[in-house]
Amino acid sequence: MATFGNGSGATPGAVGQGRGITYPDFSSPTVDKVMVEERAAGLGKRSIKGPAKIAGLKLAISMMDLTTLEGKDSPGKVQQLCQKALRPHERADIPPCAAVCVYPKLVPVAKRAVEGSTVKVASVATAFPSGLSTLEVKLADVRQAVELGADEIDMVIDRGAMLAGEYRAVYDEIAATKEACGHAHLKVILETGELGSYDRVRKASRIAILAGADFIKTSTGKVTPAATPPVTLVMLEAIRDHAHATGRRIGMKPAGGIRTAKQALHYLVMVKETLGDAWLTSDLFRFGASTLLNDVLMQLEKERTGAYQGGDYFSKD
Amino acid sequence: MALGDQDSGGEARARVGVRKAYKMFVGGAFVRSESGRYTQVRDHSGAGAVENIPRASRKDGRDAVLAAAGALGGWSARAAYNRGQILYRLAEMLEARRAELAASLERGGLDAGAAEREVVSAIDRAVAYAGWADKYQSLFSSLNPVSGPHFTFTVPEPMGVVVIAAPPRPALLGLAGALLPVITAGNTCVVLASEADPRTALVFGEALATSDLPGGVVNLLTGQLAEVLPHLAAHMEVAALDLHGVDAALAKRLEEAAAASVKRVRARSLGEAEWFDDGAATSPRWIERFVEMKTIWHPVGP
Amino acid sequence: MSDKGTAAAGGDGGSPRQPSAARDTAADAAVVFGDAWRYAPAPEGRDHVKIAPRYDLFIGGAWRAPESGRYLDSISPSTEEKLCEFAEASERDVDLAVQAARAAYEKHWSRLRPLERGKYIYRIARALQEKSRELAVVESLDGGKPIKESRDVDLPLAAAHFFYYAGWADKLEHAFPGRDPRPLGVAGQVIPWNFPLLMAAWKLAPALAAGNTCVLKPAETTPLTSLLLAKIIEEADLPPGVVNVVTGAGATGAAVVGHPGVDKVAFTGSTEVGKRIQRALAGTGKRLTLELGGKAANIVFEDAPLDQAVEGIIGGIFFNQGHVCCAGSRLLVEESVHDALLLKLRERMATLRVGDPLDKNTDVGAINSRAQLEKIQELVAAGEREGAARFSVSCALPQRGYWFAPTLFTGVAQSHRIAREEIFGPVLSILTFRTPEEAIEKANNTMYGLSAGVWTSKGSKSFWVAQRLRAGVVWANTFNKLDPSSPFGGYKESGFGREGGRQGLLAYLEVD
Repeated sequence: MATFGNGSGATPGAVGQGRGITYPDFSSPTVDKVMVEERAAGLGKRSIKGPAKIAGLKLAISMMDLTTLEGKDSPGKVQQLCQKALRPHERADIPPCAAVCVYPKLVPVAKRAVEGSTVKVASVATAFPSGLSTLEVKLADVRQAVELGADEIDMVIDRGAMLAGEYRAVYDEIAATKEACGHAHLKVILETGELGSYDRVRKASRIAILAGADFIKTSTGKVTPAATPPVTLVMLEAIRDHAHATGRRIGMKPAGGIRTAKQALHYLVMVKETLGDAWLTSDLFRFGASTLLNDVLMQLEKERTGAYQGGDYFSKD
Repeated sequence: MALGDQDSGGEARARVGVRKAYKMFVGGAFVRSESGRYTQVRDHSGAGAVENIPRASRKDGRDAVLAAAGALGGWSARAAYNRGQILYRLAEMLEARRAELAASLERGGLDAGAAEREVVSAIDRAVAYAGWADKYQSLFSSLNPVSGPHFTFTVPEPMGVVVIAAPPRPALLGLAGALLPVITAGNTCVVLASEADPRTALVFGEALATSDLPGGVVNLLTGQLAEVLPHLAAHMEVAALDLHGVDAALAKRLEEAAAASVKRVRARSLGEAEWFDDGAATSPRWIERFVEMKTIWHPVGP
Repeated sequence: MSDKGTAAAGGDGGSPRQPSAARDTAADAAVVFGDAWRYAPAPEGRDHVKIAPRYDLFIGGAWRAPESGRYLDSISPSTEEKLCEFAEASERDVDLAVQAARAAYEKHWSRLRPLERGKYIYRIARALQEKSRELAVVESLDGGKPIKESRDVDLPLAAAHFFYYAGWADKLEHAFPGRDPRPLGVAGQVIPWNFPLLMAAWKLAPALAAGNTCVLKPAETTPLTSLLLAKIIEEADLPPGVVNVVTGAGATGAAVVGHPGVDKVAFTGSTEVGKRIQRALAGTGKRLTLELGGKAANIVFEDAPLDQAVEGIIGGIFFNQGHVCCAGSRLLVEESVHDALLLKLRERMATLRVGDPLDKNTDVGAINSRAQLEKIQELVAAGEREGAARFSVSCALPQRGYWFAPTLFTGVAQSHRIAREEIFGPVLSILTFRTPEEAIEKANNTMYGLSAGVWTSKGSKSFWVAQRLRAGVVWANTFNKLDPSSPFGGYKESGFGREGGRQGLLAYLEVD
């Protein structure tokens, strides 16, 4: 039977039982692919002009998790990235980014660089990006990242388990990771590009939310497709149902493939018209992006000066 | 000469024939008019007998429409193959009544040759429509190549209850030719028989009754078209009118009455000789006039 | 509110309440649609749009002043400003138009090689694409519909319709093999104000492709795009008289329909007028197709993809301010998901943007006319009187113009007027059902039969329902989709004949 917005993990809405644990009901509504894509595309047609555009773009910057997740990441690279996050542009009216997102080894570098600012340090963990290590290794990964100073942990779910229908295993891992996070906020990456259907995205969203996620996040950025408007919309709808059922607000982070200011505004429109005002803050919405920031800055400069901008007038970090 | 009728002999040993009381066929039952009225029909074949044919009233019309409406769900839901088999069974039953039908047409004024020709044509018409029952759908349907991620198709469905005014002549072939496409398409009907030869229609009704056709699919009334049809044309349960050989003034009245519920009115018919043209009279257009096209859209996506 | 559940799962939303109005709990307050980030006005430019101060009649390839010298005002329903004047055609003007159409039929159009006929129609399609932005703006100015819709729906579909039927012109023999298809002659076509240009396309394209000539009568509240289309037809060098456009009010339409020189009448509009036309045409032998009113059921089962169903419901009733004959104006919801769905619907309605039709972010525009606004108000008042619970979104409506806030009614009974009569406005009536059979029975319990919707994730149920709905178009997990290749038209009192697809040609052809 289809349900929507069933209870949180802590309180048994409580159907399944196994290994002495009571599990919540994971059942989720189905998603019609054609209609959800039509709706997402429809929201992309909002025309965001003038003051709305400026406000939206600044908001987008304040929601950015400026990200570098490459094998060649070095302290130098991360320091540069942090500078950009702290002060994206010389203009005083442009806010800092929400966070930088790095591998665990580089957390101390980032932490030093952003010290005393509002910029958070997020670390991927749990054998990112595949997640295919043993639970012990993954939890150790998380604990270390937190010990090194990460404010936020971006974990990956076990997609293999999700696809195999081992929902309890997925739930257990997330719950264990949440525990390992301690005070750090947990973002749960579903890697939607590997889940195969919106139905499964919706279910994975629900499992992650019930298991204790503070945020749910689309992608690692290592798999195509990464974030798309419809997949984000499906996740926003899961968040909305949970808010209605429990009053609890879960955050959302689309990541990967968001490169232009126009795309960023499209996502903000989706948030505004799906979850409303409360989510229009970096506490509940983030962009995971590496190249988006400069395009947003260029658009802001264009709005200020009226002239179309050139790439070399903005620092590439 | 009427079948087996030997009742005019004077000899004591002569057998007295059993005459048939002709009845209308409504809801699968043989009925007289609720009004008790009748019309006397002469026998043109020389035997001289006069027969009493029911003269349907407005209420008989109403009853017939209710019977047709009641039969619609079951008939339209049957598999097309099954409808085809029932229509073929009708052909078998008509074939078995060939002699009686021919004799009735002769009594209605035809010569033996013409009567025979009409009967076999009517039987063959039933065979032709039996074959159409599971084929017209393929001809009328379409897969619509819409722009977008939808699977869209259009299929014919029955219209509902159809009121048919059968042509005066040919009384049997015209009746068969008019009602067969209507029921082939899954509709049910109320038929006003030819005023020129109502008796043959009632014999045809006896074939219908033994053909596995569910009661109410075809309801045969005899009487005066001008008296009964206006009430049927205004009946809100009726979906369509099929007017063969109705005079222009009456047709206009009926069309006006039909507008009250936006009925489909078909006034085009065939000339008396054209009914014998197999090609013209079994064209799928006769079925197409009594279907509604339904378009269904469905999204395509995993 | 407990945190465990809702509608289908039992929990707090278990049994539907009658009429379930407010649900103001702490959890619901978690989601609030306000102005934390406000969209700025985004008006579509209109500097490139030229509206003449006065339009004459397009008859025989020329622009003619009406014999009476009388002109009517075209009013923008969103501002009540006068856009221009247009001619009121009298019987005499209509007669000239029919004569021109007859002459064009006999001298040119019926003698033209079919492929050449098609090429003229292709020209119209292309010109519509080239002028689409201008026409979209005029459509929104004249009729009040959001530019988003005129730009993304009306114009592309109108062009597509001409493009589609252009290709049929030389293939009629293949469309009806062995049936000797022949044109009917002069078609008199009377179209409504809800999709002015699109309906002109639906009427003209198949008629012309089939080899007929036309006298088109647009609605008196929305004549402009038909007149601009006449200009396109003039510029496309169609032989004079092949298409004639006569503007005016009801009397002009009656003159077109009643003219003895018209061989075929096609009408889209209200069932009431449709019946009058059918009666008037009785005994004339004129061919007739009618596309009339509707009161479509949109059926939502508990296993539906609910968030997408919400989109279909919203689009189904608020698209074009509900001025849609196939609008999903009766929502039939399975009782077990009634409350959950209602919450989602009300939330979604809160995000609808009502206002300036030329603003690119407007979702719901102006009501087409004062008369239509009054009709909507009258039926909504009847709904309240009969005891249904009304919910209208609280949005600021412009001071001038004709406006009605998106509205829904819960606790609607099958017997209420708002469940039976076509409101033709942004008003949704919500009813419930318990079993699929009950859904079908309620859906079909109407004199109309134009369209219907069904929402379920179960394919077999979807087709089961689609087969049983007595409606000419059934949308499964979608709504209000139209396409030139897809036949559209009604059962029952929603009219007869189909527009679109191969079927659409039948309305303009004689076949054996």
